[in-house]
Amino acid sequence: MDELINVVDWSRWQFALTAIVHWLFVPLTIGLSLIIGIMETVYYRTRDDKWRRITKFWMTLFGINFACGVATGLILEFEFGTNWSNYSWFVGDIFGAPLAIEGIVAFFLESTFIAVMFFGWKRVSPGFHLAATWLTAIGVALSALWILVANAWMQYPAGMEFDPDQMRNVMVSFKDVVFSPVAINKFFHTVLSGWVLGAVFVVGVSCWLLLRKHNRDFALRSIKVAGGVGLAGILLTMWTGDGSAVEVARHQPMKLAAMEGLYAGSEGQSLVAFGIVNPDKKPLDDNQALYAEISIPKGLSFLANHDFNSFVPGIDDIIRGYAVNEAGDTIYKDVSVADRIMMGREAQQGLRDYGVAKAAGDSAAMARALKAVDDNFRYFGYGYLSAPEDAVPPVAVSFYSFRVMVMAGGYLLLFFLVVAFASWRKKVNLLDNKWFCLLGLLTIPVVWICSEAGWVLAEVGRQPWTIEGLLPVNAAVSSISAGSVQTTFWVFVVIFTGLLAAEVSIMVRQIRRKAEVDILAQPEK
Amino acid sequence: MNAIFHLPQRIFRFYADGFRSMTIGRKLWTIIIIKLVVIFGILKLFFFPDLLASRYDNDRDRAEAVREALTARSDGAAAAKVTATVNK
Repeated sequence: MDELINVVDWSRWQFALTAIVHWLFVPLTIGLSLIIGIMETVYYRTRDDKWRRITKFWMTLFGINFACGVATGLILEFEFGTNWSNYSWFVGDIFGAPLAIEGIVAFFLESTFIAVMFFGWKRVSPGFHLAATWLTAIGVALSALWILVANAWMQYPAGMEFDPDQMRNVMVSFKDVVFSPVAINKFFHTVLSGWVLGAVFVVGVSCWLLLRKHNRDFALRSIKVAGGVGLAGILLTMWTGDGSAVEVARHQPMKLAAMEGLYAGSEGQSLVAFGIVNPDKKPLDDNQALYAEISIPKGLSFLANHDFNSFVPGIDDIIRGYAVNEAGDTIYKDVSVADRIMMGREAQQGLRDYGVAKAAGDSAAMARALKAVDDNFRYFGYGYLSAPEDAVPPVAVSFYSFRVMVMAGGYLLLFFLVVAFASWRKKVNLLDNKWFCLLGLLTIPVVWICSEAGWVLAEVGRQPWTIEGLLPVNAAVSSISAGSVQTTFWVFVVIFTGLLAAEVSIMVRQIRRKAEVDILAQPEK
Repeated sequence: MNAIFHLPQRIFRFYADGFRSMTIGRKLWTIIIIKLVVIFGILKLFFFPDLLASRYDNDRDRAEAVREALTARSDGAAAAKVTATVNK
């Protein structure tokens, strides 16, 4: 059993490492592709050669990021087949179809038009080049769509039926998989957050140029575009974030409770603005959950249900399956986790019996077993939990990652309000202020931390599930040795460190080299 | 007709000229090629086999293997047995 736990832990760490590194590159690709598209559109409409040079500069940085980031996502797919083979089989074509579409359509679309973007400046017409730039941006967003559809399905499995003969889920409604509310929200929230990240990167690098007193016109024009994209992006990201919270409340109430450190829910539940998680707190005990708590009255009820007085269940309520208010009224009723575990085990026993009956050719027994599977399949994964507390995700990581994301997001809203105001009101000389430029430069790591914190919340908050309610990580993992996963984990550490070092050094060298000359007047090769 | 006939040649020239005129792009292509060789030539080949595809010949056997793994893990004793088999 210890070996199984080790394999699960190392496989999780390996997947987390790969996903985190992959996500360093992806949002910058998403954000820069849009900003480049806008800059080139301005060039196309004005035929001002300065905009063409600005577009080419950011396009080079886009190319560096794309080259360093491309194919890092493929490693995740390798890990599915090796470390998570039970999961890979169990999800069937539901996961395979979106990923195949991503590979065939989106990747080839962006790859083809990226070549036109880089090689076609003097070979194709300006209109065709502009179309290629926008098609690259669309291709990048489409890539993200299919990956996020697959991820959303894991958080909210819909549009499928379980086939006990194939031992996998079969897609019965492509529409329900692609257009599930969780997928739609996740797609927009993620892509829009990529816009914000790309915008911060452009503003930050431009601020560095302003600090160096070089390329002022170039930097101000870049900030103008990125400031607008960043402000629109952060406002829309917050709006879709609100939508995500509603979906989490509907489909993953345990995740919502964990990210709030909420054990006993109530009507008109407050939202924690600040707090320190008590590490000794366990579900169903009497310990205090949070220290130094500062709350916004009724905030969580509104966030979760858009109703200030609605009930939001806590971890203990979900485990018990009910909640009673002070007046003695039952205000929440669901299946307790203990009952879900029993039903999950019945489904698993049904599956076992089905296998035996099938081998014996006993069709009556097969039908009885199948009924047990169908009746209880909704809670299939709970059968792997040994106690109701196992259904609770790591509270401290969920709680803090949510706050890091929200606080950094709040800061980014203020940042872009100021940037947009400063860049569009020419009388304000804020962009010549060295402290403001330094702030712009230092905001670059903040946006990456914000973006990664969002993913940490999304993925840690849904533990112990790989597929919500259907398959926990300890059932999804392959029968392999922990040693082999450890080896590849450290190989990845070396490879990813090298890749990051290469990207950062090439990018910094490229920016420095360009900063030494007048980008807008330099003769071109 | 002539334009269509020369299309593959034009596409080839487009890419060839593009690669030839690259400056920083050469370094990036070197990174991409090294990375792809490491990912597909080493990692995929030696460390990341598709476990079910490599251990079983057909989908029926794969389904049975997953049934066994998933139903065995639902109770502690069976899970320990699975793990013991792995460790051999």
